[in-house]
Amino acid sequence: MERSYEKYFRQNRLPHLWCPGCGNGIAMKAIVQAIEKKGLSQDNTVIVSGIGCSSRASGYMDFDTLHTAHGRAIPFATGIKLANPDLNVVVITGDGDCTAIGGNHFIHGCRRNIDLTVVLFNNNIYGMTGGQASPMTPLGKKATTAPYGSVDRPFDACHLAEAAGATYVARSTAFHEKHLVDMIADGFDNKGFSFIEALVQCPTAYGRKNKMGSPANMMMWMRDNAVMKAAWDKLPEEKKTGEKFPIGCFYKAEAMDYDTAYDQVIERAGGAAK
Amino acid sequence: MKSEITIKMGRCKGCGICVAFCPKQVLALDELGKVQVANGDACIACGQCELRCPDYAIFVDKGAEA
Repeated sequence: MERSYEKYFRQNRLPHLWCPGCGNGIAMKAIVQAIEKKGLSQDNTVIVSGIGCSSRASGYMDFDTLHTAHGRAIPFATGIKLANPDLNVVVITGDGDCTAIGGNHFIHGCRRNIDLTVVLFNNNIYGMTGGQASPMTPLGKKATTAPYGSVDRPFDACHLAEAAGATYVARSTAFHEKHLVDMIADGFDNKGFSFIEALVQCPTAYGRKNKMGSPANMMMWMRDNAVMKAAWDKLPEEKKTGEKFPIGCFYKAEAMDYDTAYDQVIERAGGAAK
Repeated sequence: MKSEITIKMGRCKGCGICVAFCPKQVLALDELGKVQVANGDACIACGQCELRCPDYAIFVDKGAEA
């Protein structure tokens, strides 16, 4: 039986060009399932992406889509949202696109608390360009530009988003598909900057370089190392070792979003011509 | 047959995720490296393959008996 989420894909563009076993496909499905769950219309939703493996997703999704400049998805999305605040704007970005090339745009998007839903596909590496280390490559993990292991301490994008002022911050993985759908759907509910980090496997660049095995093995690694936030909070410090990491909703806050703030500016300036 | 497995062959890239996560060893890769149903009767329609397929190539529906 044809699945209901298939209508959100551009059928003539599938199969997608991601490598066999790439987790981006799972994360893209999670986004459309979250859109379906929240009943967002295809005519009223805009998908904006930057550059990178992850950002190819916009080409496969049957909405109004924008494939923009490297790291600049959030500025484009900000423009769209301010021009027409009724639109639901979803940004798809990758770990390099969001935290390196677009690092400033990311923190300032968070700071403004503009009503976007940003989904970061974190594959821990620059996959498309040949496996260079990204700012989210974990310490000591190998990449083509870090043959002896990465020396640079990685960003925790969730901490970064929270510190910069985002009002919804969550993380999930490609293994926890249904959890990921819920996290993204909750992000749609938040009026303000919502940030969801989706950990995805990159078997071709990151997995091969770090001897993590098949795509299925990489997903089993996520299963074995991801800890739900409620359990993580109860975990004694000495057990938070190795590669264990928390998933779930980390932060939620109430703050005025940028559209409302801007409307107030318009009001103070004498109101817009109707 | 308790369940109905639909495979969109044109989408399968043979990554083996469905084969590895199937709890009943229903699926296998054929000589071309694509997924095939090796033991359909053992399928319990748990949907793990469909849930985890990154290429939307496999779908499982519960059959009439289930």
